[in-house]
Parts: sequence; structure tokens; C-alpha cells
Amino acid sequence: MLRLHVNGKDRQIDDVADDTPLLWVLRDELNLVGTKFGCGIAQCGACTVHLDGQPVRSCQIPVSAVSGLKITTVEGLAKGEQLSTLQQAWIDHDVAQCGYCQSGQLMSATALLAATPDPTDAQIDSAMAGNICRCGTYGRIKKAIKAAAQSGKGQAGKERA
Amino acid sequence: MNSEQFNRMMLGAGSGTVAGADSGILPNLSRRGFIKVASGAAGGLVLGLSMGAPGEAQAQSAGPPPRPFAPGAFVRIAPDGKITLISKNPEIGQGIKTGFGVILAEELDASWSDVTVEQAEVNRAVYGSQIAGGSMSIPRAWDELRYAGAGARAMLVAAAANQWGVPASDLTTSESRVIHAASGRTASYGSLATAAAALPVPDIGSIRLKTRKEYKLIGKRFTGVDNAALVRGQPLFALDVQLPGMKYASIAKCPSVGGKAKSFNAEEIKKLPGILDAFIVEGTPPVTDVMKTGVLPGVAIIGKSTWAVFSARKALKIEWDTRTASKDSWTDFVKQAKALSSNAQGEVVVKTKGDVDKALSPDNTDTKIKTVEAFYQFGFVSHAQLEPQNTVAWFKDGSVELWAPMQLPDPAVVAAAADVPADRVKLNQMRVGGGFGRRLMNDFVCEAAYLSRRVEGPVQVVWTREDDMRHDAYRVGGFMGYRAGLDTQGKLSAFDAHMVSFKDTASGKVSKGGGISPNEFPADYVDDYRASQSLMPLSTPTVWWRAPGACTMAWVQQSFLHEVAVAAGRDHVEFLLELFGRGAGKGTPPAGGLDAARAIGVIKLAAEKAGWNKPLPKGHHHGIAFYFSHLGHIAEVAEVSVDASKKVTVHRVTVAADVGPVINLSAAENQCEGSVVDAIGTMTLEVTIEDGAAQQTNFDRYPLPRMAISPQVDVHFVQSEHSPTGLGEPVFPPVVPAICNAIYAATGHRIRTLPVTQEGFRLG
Repeated sequence: MLRLHVNGKDRQIDDVADDTPLLWVLRDELNLVGTKFGCGIAQCGACTVHLDGQPVRSCQIPVSAVSGLKITTVEGLAKGEQLSTLQQAWIDHDVAQCGYCQSGQLMSATALLAATPDPTDAQIDSAMAGNICRCGTYGRIKKAIKAAAQSGKGQAGKERA
Repeated sequence: MNSEQFNRMMLGAGSGTVAGADSGILPNLSRRGFIKVASGAAGGLVLGLSMGAPGEAQAQSAGPPPRPFAPGAFVRIAPDGKITLISKNPEIGQGIKTGFGVILAEELDASWSDVTVEQAEVNRAVYGSQIAGGSMSIPRAWDELRYAGAGARAMLVAAAANQWGVPASDLTTSESRVIHAASGRTASYGSLATAAAALPVPDIGSIRLKTRKEYKLIGKRFTGVDNAALVRGQPLFALDVQLPGMKYASIAKCPSVGGKAKSFNAEEIKKLPGILDAFIVEGTPPVTDVMKTGVLPGVAIIGKSTWAVFSARKALKIEWDTRTASKDSWTDFVKQAKALSSNAQGEVVVKTKGDVDKALSPDNTDTKIKTVEAFYQFGFVSHAQLEPQNTVAWFKDGSVELWAPMQLPDPAVVAAAADVPADRVKLNQMRVGGGFGRRLMNDFVCEAAYLSRRVEGPVQVVWTREDDMRHDAYRVGGFMGYRAGLDTQGKLSAFDAHMVSFKDTASGKVSKGGGISPNEFPADYVDDYRASQSLMPLSTPTVWWRAPGACTMAWVQQSFLHEVAVAAGRDHVEFLLELFGRGAGKGTPPAGGLDAARAIGVIKLAAEKAGWNKPLPKGHHHGIAFYFSHLGHIAEVAEVSVDASKKVTVHRVTVAADVGPVINLSAAENQCEGSVVDAIGTMTLEVTIEDGAAQQTNFDRYPLPRMAISPQVDVHFVQSEHSPTGLGEPVFPPVVPAICNAIYAATGHRIRTLPVTQEGFRLG
């Protein structure tokens, strides 16, 4: 029996190997499939989630290491119907192409704005360096982050679960 | 559009469940008949419409319930005013689901806020080929969708005309309403839907399409219709599909392509936690057409979770039979290609005119002043779409249903893998996490179909990234030997291209994307021309890769033409304009071919917008390239700096594109921006094949581009009167030559090998 705290809820999981990466527990056991599998070696960032607010690559975190930590996935960014400022900026800037990487991009960007409410270009490049967008939507990701920073002036960070 | 196409377009969905059936939007469509109104004796176009047969709905309930207005497979209007538009082609990130919706909504004259866009079912009888490939979705569907939208609008107008007893010609439409200006009456589409559904179908000849000036939606910016679901992480992709009792599966395949599993540690594997079964897969028989690849041989593991299966994969000890495996070696290919290219003329002459050997002969002193020669080389690359290959399949009662990321759903290939008739295969098009050409193949879909039949239940097949990169069908590498002659005025007078490329060992055919076309530029622009090729047998699978052929041809050709311009001492833009000027205004350009006037238009536009020959920041240099592919005329200027350590920084790329009128400006710009990033990244990437196996198997050794290298991209569209064409591919080809030409301007070094890392350059 494993207890996890995910998106503000306590979840129990039976029968999962300790070494199972958090990614696969989220996807296969909890049906939180917004977190994506891309490379399995922490190179692409598609599996990015927050542990106590810090962005991590869930494909590399054994589930045994996260008990007691607050896990936030892309499904936990909105407050019910209310999207976060960053999610809304993503829609307003029509960021996605295929969209597969975007959950991970949003998680990294949300953590960035929480720590650095008004980031410079270099800070954005650095914080987002772990997330690959194969479609090349980087310019729009950057614009959406800046727009959220401007409109929220830190609000995006406060919205973080 | 011919009558057959129009008929097919208007025929409704004839099978399967229809989304919304439970909500009353479209009750029991599948149980209703279809009305097809055939053409008259005059032989006009056949117009078919699907809609509920009159009377049937009433027969099913006491009172007449609201009937949906469902003219064809593309538009449904519910009595409550909700408008559902159907996108028939796969959404792979090119934005077609939104674009198709905009075209339909435009001619329907719908308010965009009333519109929901749904993914169509896979049904060739209704939709024909449902393919995301060749940037052909827009040009192929342009007329079809406009007539579908306009036909539905005409019926709504006719319904209002009947209701009000006024001529249809007195009515107008706007924002999902029919308006009678004279009396001030208006009626919503929803209120007219039931009446419209009972009306005869208009003849296609009577349907008037909007002129461009009348457009209210086309050309504006729309955010993607799935964006709200994407940012919430909702399940849109095949990998997100979960079925009750679903098992997880993976097949370990021989690293050297074509090898088979002889034996493995089955007992040990089967005892591992969460593992249900493990067995050798013989695979379907080898095929000569890579597009028809079925199940590759290997060892299958079935488990209770993805991680159980992936963990067991690591414990596999497989003895491979490599007698049938590829022995391909890139190192050997490079040596062979260099030897082959020592002949000016290749083994097969694709096109010749004039006498290129005479024109380029050192003894020819009549007109020729100078000869320029160069040899170019480019490696294999991977599609590396971010969503790994995966499929959920459910075999039940002799049928198999699948949920997969497909660019070209192919029920026949899947049926063969599952050993069922093709009509027992139901394919569900899921949003595709990147295509780039790889999902034109159905091999991963076949694996799931086969394994689901084997385990007799729902199963999800997921490839690891290593599987994906080892068993990609790559973008083919290649080599090009060029010779060009300049006349006494420094003008290009003779052109000789010898492409050293590959042919598939199994089929003997030129590898996909590895050929040179007889019409390849500048065939029609010089008097002495030859294109020839020599082909080396290749066992490594290759398939279409974003702007196939063009994505590498543009680089060699547009780099070499810059070499020629430099040798002539001419400005590159002036050189290109003079060259294309030879073709402009000389008769009608070939249908679907390069139009010199459009080429000149975008070259001038790119140069003007980028500030060609104007001062740049210190250390910054410009390069330009033009290429025509996928019906798009595209010129691009790259602004680049190179530091002493050969670090290349691309500061800005100016794109000038003539793809006709743009449908969704936001998506169009997004495709241009993404193509630029993709092309820049690909400049530094390669998959080397040794002993038949890919040497780069994950992103650590295949470093895809990241945010920091993403330049400013300025996009300018020539909104010409030509029909609109696609944008998923044609912006890619000119990017790399524009950058390499700028690198030459910056350093005097001509890059003739891709990836540029082979010449000591890197991105920064």
C-alpha cells in the first residue's frame, strides 16, 4: 500500500513496485495521463511534475521517494474551471502544435514564475532548457510566459498548488 | 472537383457511433437511412446528402422531436444552435482540425463561438484517403469543405425563405443567422435546422462560394480548438487511452534491422513481477514497400503495467539470428559515394538537355569563363516525434478496434497483422504527438493489433525511445556532386547534378526522398543541363521525412547556387532574381509546379523585409535561399553570427511565403516558426548506421533543439489569389541553406557536410 498526495488529494495505490517511476504510477495507476512519456532518461521534460513546488522529471523519480511530498501534475494547475494565468496565456498565444510536450512545458513554466515572477529572457531559456518541443514552439512559449508574468505580476506563482 | 469527389464529400457517416448520439444532438443517425440526390440527365454533378430519413424520427417517439440538420459528413447543426464541424484528416500538430473548421464555418457563415470541431471517424467510403501528408490537406480539401459549408448555408437560407414566403435571393446570412433585411426578420440556424434538413439538396452549380472580400473568418488568427483541453492535460492522445482490463506490451526488436529472435530467457522473464507472458514474435513476412510494414520480429512481453514491461525488457537475454539482418554501414557508404561521384555522370540519367559535358569541358572556350564544382554530403536523421510509437488495440469477437497516432490510417495493413478481414478493423484517429512523416507507417499499429489478438483482450503497445530511434524509417542520407558553368557575363549557363543516393535492397526502388526529379531546378532555366544519379543498395528502412527530398535538395542546391553567385562575383539576391527572371512571363507555369513570378515575389519580399544589403549589427551576416516544394514558394533570409570557436548563432530568420490565402494566420505563423526551429536543430543532428544498427538511440546522443537556440522568426505572407496550399513542410527546406550561406558570408567557410558538427560548427 502506497499513499501519495496528488493535486491536493490523498491517493492510495496497491501493488506497485517501489522502483516504479512516478510517471508510470501517475499514468497507469492513477489515470493522470496529462503527464507524458517521451524519452525515459530525463532529457525531454515531457514528464515534468512538481514535488513540493519544484519541477522534476517524473520518469526518474521512484515512487518510493515521494511519499509525504506534495505532487502537482498538469491536471492540478487549474482551480476547477478556472485556468491559471499561464494556462490562459498558453491558449491566448496559441502555443501548441502537436501539444504532446505542453504539459511538461507548463509545469516548468509554472515553477519558473513561482520562483521568478518577472523572468528575463535568459532566465526563461535556462528554466525551460530541460523541456524539448519537437514542433519548435519555443518562441510562443516564451511569449506566453512573459504575458503571464506581465498580467499576473506574480499571480501565476501564487496560483500554484 | 469531379462528381465522384463531390458525391463522396456529401455522403454521410454510414457506420460506427457518432459523438453526441446520447446528448440528442444527433439521435440514432446510424440507424437512419441516407438520402442521395443524384444528378439529372444533363449530367451535372452528383450531390449526395446524408440526413435522417423523413418520418423515421417521428415513428420512434410520440411527438416529433427536433431533428438534426446533418448535410453530409462535415456539418451538423442542432436545434439548440450548436454547430458541429467535422475534420476528416489526422491532427498531427499542423493545425488542420482548426483550419478545416474555419473553412467550413466561413462558407456556412457561422459564428465561430457556436462551433465545435470533431475528429472524423476513419471511413474511406465517406472521406476518401484521410491522410496528413505532403502538406496536401488544405489544397485537397479546399473546394470540398467550401462547398460543404456553402451547401449547408444554402439549405438554411431556403428553409427561411419557405418560412417567411420570400425569395431566397432577398436573404443574407451572418453569425449563424438568416436575415431578411427588408422586414427586419432574422432566424437562427438552430431554429431552421429541422426545416432545412427536409429540403432538397441544392445542385452544386447553384451554390455560390464567397469571394475573398466577403471572408469574415479566413485569414484571421484562431487559437487551436484543442488548446483548452491540452493545457488541462486531458486525454487526447493514443498513449492516454485506458480500457478496462487493459494489458501492457512491448516488443524487443533486433538492433540490427531485420534480425530475428532465436531464443531468450523466457522462464526468467515470465517470473518477473507484473509479467503475464513473454514469447517470440516471428513477425509478418517482409515487404518491399516500407509503408506496408507489418509486425517486425522480436520478443514480446505482456505485463500489468508499462513499467513492469519496461523493467522486464532490461532483463531480457536474447540470442539474435542476424543472418537476415542489415549490415549497412554509413562509414562504408561515404567511401562508396565518394568513389561513385568521381564520375560526372551517374549510373542513371534522369534528365539531359543541350550538351552539359561539352559546355563544362575545359576545352570549351567559346562562351564559358568559369566552372564551379562541389560535393555535398548529408546524413540520416530520425523523425524523433515526441510521442513514442504506441497503440491501444482491443480484439473481440473477430474484430479489432484500435486507438493510434496515425498520419495515414491503413485498415488493410492492420487487418493483415491481426489476420482479420479489413472490414473487421476499426481505427480511431487520436491527436498525434508529432508526425513528421513517421506515422504514415502503421507498423506500431500492427503490433498492437497482432498482440491484442494473441492475448484476446485490450492491450497497449508502447515503444521505448530506444525502440523508436532504432526502428525508425529514417530520412535518407545522400551525396551530391555539382558542376556549373558561368558564361562571359557571369551568368549560369550549364548545370550538372550527380546525386549519389540509395535504393531499397528489397524493392530496388529509389529510397523515399532520395531521388532527383527531372524537373529539379534549374532544369528549365539553363540550356545545358543534366541530372543523374547513382544508387547504393540500402537495407535500412527510410520513409518520408518532413518535406521529403526537398528538405535536403534545397540545402545542396541553394548552397551551391550561392557558390556560383560568389564565383561570378554577383550579389546573391540579384543572381537569383536574374535566374528566375529567365522563366517569368514565359508562358503558363506548369500546374502545381514552380512559378518563376511567385519565386521572384517572395525573394524580393524576403530581401526587403530582412534589409538585405543594409547595415547589420556588428558580426551579423545575411544568407538567403529560395525553394519551391509542396506547392509553396518560400524565400528566407537568415541573420547569423559565428564566433571564433565556430559557434553559430541564428539571430533572426525572415520568412516570405506564397501559399495563397492563409486560412488561420496564427497556425500559419506557428508552422513557419516551428519549421525554422526544426531545420536549425536538424543541421546538427544525424543518425549513423553501423552494422545495420542506429548508433544514436535517445536524446542524449541526438540532442534536439532547445529554447535557447530558437531565433526571432519574422513571417510575411504574400496573400496571392492562388488557391491556398499547405504549410507543414515548405518552410523547412530553405532554412538550412540560408543559414549556411550566412555562415559563408560570416566566415568564408562553405559548409558542404550535414550535420555541421562534422565541420566543427555548433549552435549556440
